[in-house]
Amino acid sequence: MNTPTTNPARSKHVIELRAVWKTYRMGDQDVHALAGVDLNIEHGSFWAISGASGSGKSTMLNLLGCLDRPTSGSYALEGQDISSMSDDALSDLRLKHLGFVFQSFNLIPQLTVQENIELPLFYQGIDAQVASDRARAIADRVGLGDRLGHRPTELSGGQQQRVAIARALSNEPSVLLADEPTGNLDTATGDSIMQLLTELHEQGKTIMMVTHEPEIAAYAQYQLTMRDGKVASIVENTSCRSGKRPMGSSLSC
Amino acid sequence: MLNTRFFRNVRLGIKTLMLHKMRSILTMTGMVFGVGAVIAMLAVGEGASKEALDQIRRLGSQNIIINSQKSVQQAASGSMRVRMNIYGLLYDDLDRITQSFDTVERVVPAKLIRGTGRIGGRSLDLRLVGTTPSWFELVERKLIAGRVMTPHDMQTNANIVVLTEHGARKLLAGRSTIGSQVRINQGYFTVVGVIKSESIQSGAMQTPDEEIDAYIPLNVAIERFGDITTTRGQGSRSRELVELHQLIVQVDSIEHVESTAAGIERMLSLFHSKKDYKMSVPLALLRQAQATQRTFNIVLGSIAGISLLIGGIGIMNIMLASVTERTREIGIRRAIGARRKQIIGQFLIETVVLSVTGGLIGIGIGMLIPWLITMFADMPTVVTLWSVLLSVVISIGVGIIFGMYPAMRAANLDPIEALRHE
Repeated sequence: MNTPTTNPARSKHVIELRAVWKTYRMGDQDVHALAGVDLNIEHGSFWAISGASGSGKSTMLNLLGCLDRPTSGSYALEGQDISSMSDDALSDLRLKHLGFVFQSFNLIPQLTVQENIELPLFYQGIDAQVASDRARAIADRVGLGDRLGHRPTELSGGQQQRVAIARALSNEPSVLLADEPTGNLDTATGDSIMQLLTELHEQGKTIMMVTHEPEIAAYAQYQLTMRDGKVASIVENTSCRSGKRPMGSSLSC
Repeated sequence: MLNTRFFRNVRLGIKTLMLHKMRSILTMTGMVFGVGAVIAMLAVGEGASKEALDQIRRLGSQNIIINSQKSVQQAASGSMRVRMNIYGLLYDDLDRITQSFDTVERVVPAKLIRGTGRIGGRSLDLRLVGTTPSWFELVERKLIAGRVMTPHDMQTNANIVVLTEHGARKLLAGRSTIGSQVRINQGYFTVVGVIKSESIQSGAMQTPDEEIDAYIPLNVAIERFGDITTTRGQGSRSRELVELHQLIVQVDSIEHVESTAAGIERMLSLFHSKKDYKMSVPLALLRQAQATQRTFNIVLGSIAGISLLIGGIGIMNIMLASVTERTREIGIRRAIGARRKQIIGQFLIETVVLSVTGGLIGIGIGMLIPWLITMFADMPTVVTLWSVLLSVVISIGVGIIFGMYPAMRAANLDPIEALRHE
């Protein structure tokens, strides 16, 4: 897996947020979910976004995931400004450059593991044989090579999340977006999922992860804390970059 | 490539529908009965009208048939003891029609005489038809043996007769047919040919020929039997003078039939003081039958249309429920990068799979019902190819029309909201 080089002429940042506001109208009041966020994300970095509920971290993830557009300001993904893009163009951007991992796995129940993994390739219109081969390779990589014919409901939570990660990887995205990826898992399984994400990071993937658990956030390279729609702090976990489980946990390193 | 994606979509659609087999089956029943009704009703209607149309066609749609008949006043005055009834078509009418109309191909006269044919000890009541060779060109029947009447027979006043298969069998069973002498009333006739008769007699329509016909040259008929027939009733005798009983006018093309019929009608009314003839135009009957059929089809079509509408609404209802149920799935697909169009495509394919499967089962049932009707009720039915094709097209159409709204609803869901949906 190489670091995406879609836009070598552009900056080294895969994500650039400039003065991003996101405002919702609630009754007769304006609520600023994001209130002027500036952020640059480098290729191959691993970020944890945390913050209290209502701090704007979900809005942030939806925005980064091109599911939403900023009210004002600009967001460039791989050098492309999404602020004025059509719905179709946003869909294409998600299809090409993004991979989603959700708290509740969000696999499609009537599809097999293999079909779930192939889904992005299906929408890209990639040849069925090629898609099948690629899904198989990715399933092997997340340790599910022997479960391809199973239904999601026949798998454990940890296995389901591995399928979700495999699906998010199948289109070789620039950025992997994870929303509380361990939220529905027990600690041991959650750790193994984090190991997997760390490995992916080591192989060069850019990962943006929302979590409220400090132990999980500690796996990341950078910890971004949000408060009232603004970036409150960014801390670099310099000592923990090996990708192994940090022993002291939390923010100590 | 697009093809395989389409078929994968279809396969996925079927798979999804199979998850709720009972629901899918129930949803399809509307289409099954709607399409079944279309096919079955059209088959019954088509069968009924085909029979009528066949009868009319056998009369010849290019023909105009004029029959002699007693005018109303004459029929009423029949109580006189001895009285000569003079009515009907004249030999002159034959010439006048033949000569006056460019559009007339041929005019076939028929003089009809009741008679009894005898050979040895066998006898059979016959309808003697004094006519010309043109009869056999107009009323095309299969020649079974020998030959039909020729112009030469007319010129030589030959005492020849052409029998029908039925007549030949009754009179000449076990003997060689051609060349036999048949005694008809007081004269002897040589059998020169036997034709097959295909007569039908039903209601207002009948073919010009009958099973018991014996065809002889017109001039021989006039010479031998004259124009007067005497009927003995109880204590009374009635005498009739009729020159020709029937004229069949063949027009050169279907377009000219109605105008020619009107022209002949006008001309006959000039030369006949009383209306002692009756004209019938099979083409007009055909037109009438077709109009009736059209009305019938419209009524059946409306009924079938209503059942299809109900079927379609049933499908739409279920698809709307399905969209609500699968909101999260739609959110996932959108997050992955499916365009709105692809979501629409997915749901449309599911509805079309439902409606077409229902439609195909309906076609099966719709073809079975006419078969049963023919088997048990002995009614003719015709399942036409176009009604089957129409049903397939309608099934696809219903799927698309009634699937569009649920599919659009699915596609227009906000992906963020959809992902949050429980």
